[in-house]
Amino acid sequence: MTEATVEVATKPRRARREGRTAFFLLVPAVVVVLGVVGWPLVTTVLNSFRRVESALPKAPKPFVGLHNYAYILSDSDFWNAVRNTLYFTFFNTGLELILGVGLGVLMFQPMRGRWLLRVAVILPWALPTVVNAAMWRYYMNADYGPLNAFLVQTGLRQDYYSFLGSGTSAMNSVILVDVWKNTSLVAFFVLAGLQVIPKELYESAEIDGAGALRRFWSITLPLLRPVLAVVLVLRTIEAFKVFDVIYVMTRGGPASSTTSLALYAYKTAFSDQLFGIGSAISLVIVLFCLSLSLFYIRALGGSMGPEQS
Amino acid sequence: MSDLFSSALSRRTFLSGALAVGAGATLAACSSSGSGGSASSSPSAATSSAAGAATGTINALFMKQAGYSEDHVRAMTTAFQAANPGATVNLEFVPYEALHDKIVAASAAGTYDLVLVDVIWPAEFATKGLVTDITDRIPSTWSNDVLAGALDSGLYQGKYYAVPWLLDTKYFFANKDMLTKAGVDPASLGTWDGVTAAAQSIKTKLGMKYPLIWSWPQSESVICDWAVLTASMGGKLFDDNGQPAFTAGGALQALEFMRKTIVDGITNPSSTQSAEDDVRKVISAGDAAMGLNWTYMYAAANDPKQSKVANQITISPVPSGGSGQISVNGSMAMAITSGAQNPDAAWAFAEYLSSEKLQEQYVTDSLPIWKASYDNPDVVKSAPDVVAAAKVQLGQMVNRPQVANYNAVSAKLQEAVQKALIGDLPVQQALDNANTEVQKLLTA
Repeated sequence: MTEATVEVATKPRRARREGRTAFFLLVPAVVVVLGVVGWPLVTTVLNSFRRVESALPKAPKPFVGLHNYAYILSDSDFWNAVRNTLYFTFFNTGLELILGVGLGVLMFQPMRGRWLLRVAVILPWALPTVVNAAMWRYYMNADYGPLNAFLVQTGLRQDYYSFLGSGTSAMNSVILVDVWKNTSLVAFFVLAGLQVIPKELYESAEIDGAGALRRFWSITLPLLRPVLAVVLVLRTIEAFKVFDVIYVMTRGGPASSTTSLALYAYKTAFSDQLFGIGSAISLVIVLFCLSLSLFYIRALGGSMGPEQS
Repeated sequence: MSDLFSSALSRRTFLSGALAVGAGATLAACSSSGSGGSASSSPSAATSSAAGAATGTINALFMKQAGYSEDHVRAMTTAFQAANPGATVNLEFVPYEALHDKIVAASAAGTYDLVLVDVIWPAEFATKGLVTDITDRIPSTWSNDVLAGALDSGLYQGKYYAVPWLLDTKYFFANKDMLTKAGVDPASLGTWDGVTAAAQSIKTKLGMKYPLIWSWPQSESVICDWAVLTASMGGKLFDDNGQPAFTAGGALQALEFMRKTIVDGITNPSSTQSAEDDVRKVISAGDAAMGLNWTYMYAAANDPKQSKVANQITISPVPSGGSGQISVNGSMAMAITSGAQNPDAAWAFAEYLSSEKLQEQYVTDSLPIWKASYDNPDVVKSAPDVVAAAKVQLGQMVNRPQVANYNAVSAKLQEAVQKALIGDLPVQQALDNANTEVQKLLTA
């Protein structure tokens, strides 16, 4: 009884002291977040309701209400960018998840040279996106690309193929290049997830006569669900914002067939100097990402946090 | 407690994560004002436009491709600094494709004093206040001494916004050895019909897959080539009142011609992804026989260090499509930004770079803007073929329209032209669609 009274008496004071320390420790981070994320976000929201046609701060910025939003909704290029972005996001994330799980499981297997495999898998991810994109643009060049030389010399193709020459082919090439780079991330998440699955489950399943496939479907996949959920959210949002790989490889061409929403926002703002409309497009991207996250959090329910696993 | 904490954390973390991630796509960080650039101010600069007296730091933005090479611009800068011990010049080079957006993005912060601008940008930059009016600084003698195509590259609504520097236009390049082997008379290349006939001969007789290579990517380059073909076929992209005129006549005919060369298998389909420098590379590798390009390709493609077909590449005025050998004005000029910390020194540097004597030293990179240079025997001797072609071509150039939102208009055209080129849409329909979009932009 006395013990309990003491605890009740000291807890608020300690909590207050800790709270103050925590506050001071958090201040720098809060300032940085407000300055780097908050302020630009507020400015972007404000600009999306104004006509802003010059990058100079002193330029006039008349309020135009919802005009910028009305403009983009009636703009065929905007809808083209939406279609491209959805296509990119769906196939990019889907391929990365499937290949990433396979690669993660492979890396988990006890075998000789496993460290070498793990190093090889992390390498693409360690490359800067711009370097990766520039490298593949060169590999895929229709006139002097090594990939074409390889395909022709090994007899897989009769002649050089213009990977970035037509809309569908260019889009699929860009997706593959991004998958090549980012599958590693998924694979390592999966690898980390696999390491906390108790070995006993596999052992008893094996004793019960479950084959490798059955063990994968009934043990590995369900227990990987929390990890996969996190990766899915991360990669979907990343893919939805895709910019650099497209900017470097195709600049949105041919005929705007690879223009993503982020690239379209950039072009509108900086090439056409329509910052108000560019801001509106950016906010649409933010809204898309927000609703996607909310959807995932609801759909995947309890599997987000470690507490339910 | 721990349960509650972690589930709240996971949800909140994902929400704020999504916010942060989304904010990465917002633009305000780049468009809001920043603290000034690194340029130091110079109290004496106000009185010092005379050579040798420029002081302070000049931050300048140039281009990596075509025109003067990076090495040569650095050499010119060293010479300027030697003559102006009080001045320091910081040079930065970016590819042409990045130049416009870099100028825009850096404008609020005043990062650069002097920027290289394309002939199609002064209208936009002047309207939006990114560059300064330098009409008062331009000596009156220049209107007589400088070629109009160059001087006018900085002109918008009667005022000068840039110092002329790179006088350039597209020329026609051909591999003379390949022509000879295929039995093609070089004189037949004076018309586009002659060029397609020559390409067919080279294709069949030399077994070359695609004798023609062009710079037709989704960028300004494709508009340049289309403008050349349109003018040579007697058409206009925009009429004299600045209204679209590209849905009929020469412009339509030109785009049909472009598409046909792809369908007929004489144009390399990779042209729709090639920039000017890819054209240079492909021709230099001996993988194509003919193409259009800027002046710089002549020296580069004939240089044994950079080319497998050195000394085989000829330069000539562009072929005629029935209405003359007309090319496109691709000049570039140097503008002093409105945020410049050191405008006087920037002017002195620009004036030095465009001076007659200096330009005559680097004739093989780019031809001088000065009329007198073309009669200077030293200049003619150092680049006889280029000067001969230039004498014809520089007098016959068309300008692209000078509208404030040229970039947006051009982007619509680029998309339409590409759709037609890769066969997504019939030529007429692609142009009609573009017309609707462009009209919308012009009336907005």
